[in-house]
Amino acid sequence: MIEFGAGMDAAMLDQARVLADSLAMEPLPGVVDVVPAFGTVTVFYDLLKLRDYNELRTALEQRVSRLSGNVRSEGREVVIPVCYAAEYAPDLRRVAMHTGLEPAEVAALHCRAEYRVAAVGFTPGFPYLAGLPEGLHTPRLAKPRTAVPAGSVGLGGAQTGIYPLASPGGWNLIGRTPMTLFNAAAVRAALLRVGDRVRFRSISQEEFATWK
Amino acid sequence: MEIKVVHGGMLSMIQDLGRPGLRAMGVPVGGAMDGFAMRVANLLVGNAEDAAGLEMTMVGAELEFLEDAFVAVTGAAGGELEPWRPHRLRAGTRLRWGRLDAGCRLYLAVAGGFDVPVTLGGRGTYLRGGWGGGQGRALRAGDVITVARPANTLSVENWRLDPRIMPAYAASPTLRVVQGAQGGEFDREWWRGEYAVLRQSDRMGIRLQGAPLVRAVSGDLISSAVAPGAVQVPPDGQPIVLAADAQTIGGYPLVAHVISADLPLLAQLRPGDQVRFIEVTLTEAHRLTLAREHALAILRQGLAQKHR
Repeated sequence: MIEFGAGMDAAMLDQARVLADSLAMEPLPGVVDVVPAFGTVTVFYDLLKLRDYNELRTALEQRVSRLSGNVRSEGREVVIPVCYAAEYAPDLRRVAMHTGLEPAEVAALHCRAEYRVAAVGFTPGFPYLAGLPEGLHTPRLAKPRTAVPAGSVGLGGAQTGIYPLASPGGWNLIGRTPMTLFNAAAVRAALLRVGDRVRFRSISQEEFATWK
Repeated sequence: MEIKVVHGGMLSMIQDLGRPGLRAMGVPVGGAMDGFAMRVANLLVGNAEDAAGLEMTMVGAELEFLEDAFVAVTGAAGGELEPWRPHRLRAGTRLRWGRLDAGCRLYLAVAGGFDVPVTLGGRGTYLRGGWGGGQGRALRAGDVITVARPANTLSVENWRLDPRIMPAYAASPTLRVVQGAQGGEFDREWWRGEYAVLRQSDRMGIRLQGAPLVRAVSGDLISSAVAPGAVQVPPDGQPIVLAADAQTIGGYPLVAHVISADLPLLAQLRPGDQVRFIEVTLTEAHRLTLAREHALAILRQGLAQKHR
C-alpha cells in the first residue's frame, strides 16, 4: 500500500488517482489489481507472474517518485439526479434536526456542493464522496438498517454516498436517485470511479418516475 | 449434460476462481473459498483449474446426474464418493451428501465444467450482488445445471492424489500470518491466544472470539483496500478474518494477514473450531506459496500425460 497521507483533501486524491491511472496505462509485471482509496493506492500482485518481489517494490517506488508534487487529475464530471421527497428520505428530518436546517435547506445545500469520488467500495460501485459541506455533517445511525433500497443517497459523518445495490447500511438516507450506479452486465459496470467529480440535481417525484 | 438438483443443501452454489482486477470498482474477488480444493477437483477431471464447479457448505446437496459423468470431490469430508480422486458415474446416479463430516466446504467438479454465463469476467455466484452462477443465488431443488462438453477425457479412475501436497486441514489449525499494517500497535499477548470460530462466519468473513486484542494507539484510520486473509480488529477487539466475498475497502486496524498458502485452512473452518496464529516473514510466505504452486504444477503435468 502506498499512502499519500491521511484525510480527504483534493491533492491526495489527485495523487492516488494519477498513480492508479499510471499503473493502469503502463502496468508493472505481476500486478493484478490497483485500488485507489482516499489518499492510498493498494497494489495486488500475483507471485507466479512476478520475477522478483523486491524488483516490484523498487519499480513502484520509482513510479511514485516520478509523480511531481503538483499532480492534478480532472476526472469526469457526473451530475446525479436525486429526489429528496419524504418517501425516499426517511432520515431527512433527523438530519434537519441535527443540523438546525429545514429539510428543503438540507437538500439545497447538498446540491450546491461539488464532490470528489474518494473511494469505491463497501458494495460494488458504492462511491464515497468527499466535499460534504460542514453544515451537513451528521453522525451515522446508531443502529444500521438491515435493508437500504438501491439508489438511496446517504450522509455518513463527513461523507455522502449512494447505495448502488440494496444492502444493509448505517448512513442517513436523504433522497434517492433513479440512476443505475452499478450494472454487472455492462462493459463499464460502475458509473463512478475514484477522482470523478459529482454534483447532485434535485428532481421531482414526477421526474423520478419518468426514469424508470 | 445436465444435473438435476434434488435438494440444494444448506448453501450450495456455483463457484470458480473469482473475478480479479475489478477491486477498484468495489467488486470483491469472490470465487471458491478454498481455491486449492476447487483447482484440484478441476484438474482431476481434466478441466481448466478455473472451470466452474460446485461449492457446498456444511450440509451438502442431493444431485441426480441425467447422463454419464466424470467427477471429483475435494475439500471438506462427507458423502459416499471417496474424495481427492476422480470417479465415473452412470446416467441416473443420485448422490446425497447430507451433513458434512469434517471441514466446512466441499467441492464438486464435473468434466466439462458448469456452463453458466460469464458475469464481470467470472462464473462464480456473488450472493450479495445477486449475479453469477447462472441465477445469482444458491441452488434450490428443481434447478437443472448444464455441464459443458469436456475438451478431453482422462483415463485415471485408479489415480490418487499425493497427500503430501494437501494443506494441513484441521479443526484446530495454526494459521500462518504476516504482520498487518497496524500489527505493531497491538499487545503481543494476542499471539498466545486461541480463538473460537463463531456461527456468524460466512463467505465475507470468519468471525473469531477470544481474549480481546488491545490496540495501544487510538484513533480512526483512513480506509484503504483490504483482501481475503486480512485480520481486522473492530473496536470490540474480536478479530474478523476477511474471506472471498469481503468488501474491497475497510477502515479497521489490520493486525495481520493470513498467508495465501493457508487460506484453504481458513475456508474449511466451521463454527466451534479453534484457531491459533503464528507469525512468518513475507519471504517465508512467498516461499510457501511457490512450493504449493510447484506441487500443483507437478500434479498438472502428471495428469496431462493421461489425457486421451
